[in-house]
Amino acid sequence: MSENVLKLENITMQFGGVVAINDLSLEVNKGEIVSLIGPNGAGKTTVFNVITGVYEATNGAVYYEDKMILSNHPQGKMKKMYAGTDAGKFSDVMTKTPDRITSLGIARTFQNIRLFKSMTVFENVLTAKHMLRKSNLFGAALKLNHREEANAREETMQLLERLGLDDVKDELATSLPYGKQRYLEIARALATKPKLLLLDEPAAGMNPQETMALTAFIKSIRDEFDLTVFIIEHHMNLVMDISDRIYVIDFGKLISHGSPEEVQNDEAVIKAYLGVSEEDE
Amino acid sequence: MKKSRTDMIFNLSLVALIFAAVIIVENIPGVNPMLSTVLKKGSIYALVAVSMNLLNGFTGLFSLGQAGFMLLGAYTYAVITIPDSAREKVYMYVKEGSAVSRAWFDNISNALHMSEDVSKLLIMIIGMLAGGLIAAFFSWLIGLPVLKLKRDYLAIATLGFAEIIRAIFQWDKLGPVTNGSNVLRNFPTFKTAVFPLTVSALCILFIVLLINSTYGRAFKAIRDDEIAAEAMGINLAHHKRLAFVISSFFAGIGGALLAMFQNTLQATPFKSAMTYEILLIVVIGGIGSISGSIIASFLYISASEWWLRGLDSGKFLFIESPAVLRGGFRMVVFSVIIMIIVLFFRKGIMGEKEISVTRFLKLFKKKDEKNKEI
Repeated sequence: MSENVLKLENITMQFGGVVAINDLSLEVNKGEIVSLIGPNGAGKTTVFNVITGVYEATNGAVYYEDKMILSNHPQGKMKKMYAGTDAGKFSDVMTKTPDRITSLGIARTFQNIRLFKSMTVFENVLTAKHMLRKSNLFGAALKLNHREEANAREETMQLLERLGLDDVKDELATSLPYGKQRYLEIARALATKPKLLLLDEPAAGMNPQETMALTAFIKSIRDEFDLTVFIIEHHMNLVMDISDRIYVIDFGKLISHGSPEEVQNDEAVIKAYLGVSEEDE
Repeated sequence: MKKSRTDMIFNLSLVALIFAAVIIVENIPGVNPMLSTVLKKGSIYALVAVSMNLLNGFTGLFSLGQAGFMLLGAYTYAVITIPDSAREKVYMYVKEGSAVSRAWFDNISNALHMSEDVSKLLIMIIGMLAGGLIAAFFSWLIGLPVLKLKRDYLAIATLGFAEIIRAIFQWDKLGPVTNGSNVLRNFPTFKTAVFPLTVSALCILFIVLLINSTYGRAFKAIRDDEIAAEAMGINLAHHKRLAFVISSFFAGIGGALLAMFQNTLQATPFKSAMTYEILLIVVIGGIGSISGSIIASFLYISASEWWLRGLDSGKFLFIESPAVLRGGFRMVVFSVIIMIIVLFFRKGIMGEKEISVTRFLKLFKKKDEKNKEI
């Protein structure tokens, strides 16, 4: 049953002399909800940025649905500076811009919300439909694509209704309360019809009730849209409740992984992370 | 949906009304000839300003190459359309004579027994399209390296490109084509303002449709947040290039129209000052507003060509003072006006909004409701 959707192999990301991710390998299987946790500055968002092509990994490979999509090895100046391992293991160089990654079926949200500021809620989601167009520039400008356009608008409306944003659809995206902006980011990501959804701290800034609602929501969209979900999160309640498996990184290195129970009882994790936040629970 | 339809009908009827007014005004003898100048030049500047707004206002690429692309369009138009019979005289300072001929077109036109008017109109359209395409081609070429730059760096690079183009066109080795730094003339031109108004209305209509399409949304997404746009599957390089090429295409057409308006063509006026003029119009109208750009360009041309002209010639409104009001004073006043606008009305006339009857009506409705509440 466990069909690989995403696989990272020996990923190392080095900025100058700083190793942000060190030899990270992980797998996300179809239909799973997998969490990536770790203390602040552990390199979690960097992992997302490598997967989505924002950064080019220094070494290692990324596979999507068992096909290599990204690969690199230390080159040029980095050859001498490289501080990671497995330097000789990868020979391919494969890079993709973030839009190519998204068109493969990997959509993401951002930790510090990045909505299109001048647009309404509806337009924000509709813009994400641009990727799925078949019409060319002239067809679109001369409205020869009215069927496609009408279709995109209808799907956008359905998505907004599903996420409970239809009543604010004509408001400016930035005028929404913080929690709704997070939902809007998820709606926008879903509009690209992804198979794998990367959520970067979706519960940041939410209170416990909102976090619980979000937990249920993520589970429900996973089933409804047939998604695989990979989450970065700090709220332990959400993580423990939602995750099929958890990866824990600290200083860019994988320190533990397994089911929520396993991770919770792992000495290394408690030392690095959970021990600090015990009083929260 | 319904709202936008009312707006569209309103806007179209507004355009039709303007056209009717233009035709009537032009056929009344004794009307101030300045009005005709304003209509012609204003419509040309409106087109160029809108094309610049597409790039600077809607895609967020701060480019200052507009004058360069206008020059490309203008020269392409003139070189292609000068009748062969006039070429010898036009190119008389060039040893080799003209290297370009429009015999191919004249042959076709003769073979099809076109009347003179039809043939002239056709070559004008071909010339304009060619001007637009050449400008678009060069923008594509220059865009390959330059569009990787951001903000001020892009502005500097495009500004430099425009200046280089101008210098190249004045180079005497290119004389057989560009006539060096000598004047090009005798190419077909328009007489009434209807022609430039029609052309620029059609071009602006296309740009408006484009901005309202899915591509327009992608452009705006890039302006708002490049990283988010890319994460939503919008190919940055491709879309930036599209916006750049389309903007330059219409700048090229605007350049061709400007050549027709001036009757003669030289590279000297296509300086960066011309780009700044257009940038000013865009800023005054509101960055990101098409109707703002159009209104501002007519206002700007009216002011600079007509209303403030008296400042240069000693008599303005009721003031008569040849000592103060003399050559150059117009520019002083103009600069002050512009400074006031930039300081106090930074969003321009329209901000990012467009003219819309429905919003207008809504305003009244709100007032009514307020009155009722009281």
